[in-house]
Amino acid sequence: MPDLPDKNAIEVHGVRKVFGTGETQVAALDTVSVSIRENEFFTLLGPSGCGKTTLLRLIAGFDFPTEGEILLYGDDIAPLPPFKRPVNTVFQSYALFPHMTVAQNIGFGLEMLGKPKAEIDARVTAMLKLVKMEQLARRRTSQISGGQQQRVALARALAPQPKVLLLDEPLSALDYKLRKEMQIELKRLQHETGITFIFVTHDQEEALAMSDRIAVMSTGKILQVGSPWDIYDRPAERFVADFIGETNFMDAEVISVAGDRATVKLLSGTDISATFPAGTTPDGKVTIVVRPEHARVVAASTKSALSGVIENIVYLGTDTHFHVKLADGSPFIVRQQNSRSGPCGFDKGESVGVDIASDVAQILKD
Amino acid sequence: MARNFSIQRQTGFTTIAVICFVALYAPIVILVVYAFNSGSSIANWEGFSLRWFAQAWNNNQVIEASWRSLRIASAAAVLATIAATMAALATTRTAPYRGLTFKYAFINQPLMVPEIVTAVALLIFFSRIKVATGYSGLGYLILAHTAFCIPFAYLPIRARLEGMDLTLERAAADLYATPWQTFRRITLPLLWPGILAGLMLAFVISLDDVVITNFVKSGGQDTLPTYMLGQLRRAITPEMNAISTVFLLLSVGIVTLFFFISRKQD
Repeated sequence: MPDLPDKNAIEVHGVRKVFGTGETQVAALDTVSVSIRENEFFTLLGPSGCGKTTLLRLIAGFDFPTEGEILLYGDDIAPLPPFKRPVNTVFQSYALFPHMTVAQNIGFGLEMLGKPKAEIDARVTAMLKLVKMEQLARRRTSQISGGQQQRVALARALAPQPKVLLLDEPLSALDYKLRKEMQIELKRLQHETGITFIFVTHDQEEALAMSDRIAVMSTGKILQVGSPWDIYDRPAERFVADFIGETNFMDAEVISVAGDRATVKLLSGTDISATFPAGTTPDGKVTIVVRPEHARVVAASTKSALSGVIENIVYLGTDTHFHVKLADGSPFIVRQQNSRSGPCGFDKGESVGVDIASDVAQILKD
Repeated sequence: MARNFSIQRQTGFTTIAVICFVALYAPIVILVVYAFNSGSSIANWEGFSLRWFAQAWNNNQVIEASWRSLRIASAAAVLATIAATMAALATTRTAPYRGLTFKYAFINQPLMVPEIVTAVALLIFFSRIKVATGYSGLGYLILAHTAFCIPFAYLPIRARLEGMDLTLERAAADLYATPWQTFRRITLPLLWPGILAGLMLAFVISLDDVVITNFVKSGGQDTLPTYMLGQLRRAITPEMNAISTVFLLLSVGIVTLFFFISRKQD
C-alpha cells in the first residue's frame, strides 16, 4: 500500500437518502458515514441497488441527502448545486456532447469557469496528450470508438482539475480486453494527476485490481471499508465474504482467544487458528470462512483438517476446482493451481482429505 | 414466407388503394391543370396559358391578402413555437406527477375542441376587448393563430426532448455550467431540429386556417384563404386555381423541408 496522507478529501457524516413518500418510501442510503483520504483511489463496491450510485450522486450534487452532511476538505457541500462543486464526474454513458468536437468537449468545463482562451487551449492540449488522443481533437464525438469516447470523458472531467473525480461504472460498456487496459490506464491517470478518485463498480475483480481502499455496500449501508487485501482476506461479514470471490463457510466453535487469534473447533473435531474482525471478541458458535485457494486436496490417508468425497472436478486451465462433500454433508470448494505435470491424480467419487493452510481462516461477525 | 401474409396480397387491396389515391389527388391534379386554362371556365379546357397567374399577381387584393397571411403566420408561428418550447421543457424536465397527463391534454386542447367552438368563443371574447380598448389591428388574428398553432409546434419539440439524453444536461451542470448556460449551450442546440420542425408546422397550419380567421378578422383583414372563400361565392375563375397552385407549392415546399430536417435528427 502506498503511503497516503491522512488528510480527508471527502467526509460523509450520517447521510440518509430516502426516495418516495409514505408507504412507498425507500431508504437508498441508510445513515452512511465514510471518510475518503486525499489522493486515494477509493471504490464503492456492491450489487445494483446497494446505494453506491446514490452516494456518488450525492457527492456530485445531482441529488441532495435527506439527512447528514458531506464535507469536501471540511466544507459542507451537500446543499450546493453541481455547478458550484469542484468535483467532476465520468458518467457510465460518458454523456459526451454530440454537437461538439472532442476538443470542445474537453474544454467545456474550463470555458464555463471563465478561463482565458489561451489557458483553455493549453489545458485541452495537455489533456489530449494525457489520454493519448492528440490526433482526434477535431473529431465529432460520434465519430470515435467506445474506448476513445471513454478517454474523452475522462479528459473532460479531469481538465478543470477537480478536487475529487467521481467515476460511475465507467468501464462497464467496454469489452473485456479494453476494460483491462483501461483499468491500468485509470491507475496511471490517478497517479499522474494526483487527484482523489471515487470509483463506483459492481465488479469485484475491478475493485480489487485498482483500489487503494474499498467500501463494500449492501442495501444502503457500508458493511466494510478496507484495503483490497483486508476485504478479500479478512471479510468481516458474510455478505462481504460472499460477494467478493468464492468462499467456503463453515460452522465452528470458539475454544480460546489469545491476542488477535482465536482457536476454533471445526465440526470435524479439528482445532484451527482463525483471525477475527477488529473490535469484536468471538465466542460460542461462529461462522468461519476459508478461501478455496487456501485449502488443498490430499490423499485420504494423510492427516488433514477435513475429510470428504470429491463430487466434481472442474478443470479451468490455470487451476482446478474440486467440489468436495465433507463428512458432515456440507459442500467445500478447493482451488488448486495447475502445473504441467498432468492430471491432478484424484477422481470423482474418491474419498480424500482436505487440508487447510495455517492461519487462513477468518471468523465473521454474527 | 412472410410475403404470403403481406397485406398487399389481400383481395381488393390494390383496388382500395387506387380509389383512395384517386379520391385524394385527382381533384388537386384537376385544380392545378385548370390553373393553366386560357379560357375563363374551370371546366372547359381551352388551351394553355399563364394569364390567370398574371392576373392574380396583378390583383392588389390577392397580394395584400397574401402578405397579411404571411405576416400573421410568421408572427403566430414564432410566438407559438416559443410557448411550445417552454411547455415542452416544463412537461419533460420533471419527474412524472399526478396531473401531468391532464396538462398534456390541456396544452393540446386546440386539437380536441372543435374549431368552430373556439372561433365563436374568440369572436365574443375579442369583440369585448375591441370595444374596451378600441384596438382593431392584426393582433387578434395573431393571438388566435398562436393559440391553435401551439400543439402543432409542441408535439415535435416534445418528441425531440423525450429522445434527448438527460445525462448531457447533468454533465454540463457537473462541468460548472449554470442552468441558463446549460440550456443555451447544450439543450437548445440539441433541441434545434425539433424547434425548427415545430416552427414550420405551425407556419403551415396558420397559413391555411379559414374558420377561426373568418370569425375573428375585422373588416379589410382578409387572409389569402378567406379572400379566396369570398371570391368563390361570386364568380369562379381559374384565377382561384392559380392562387391555389402557388399556395400548394409553398405548403409542399415547407413540409418537404420539415421532412428533411426531422430526418437529419437521426
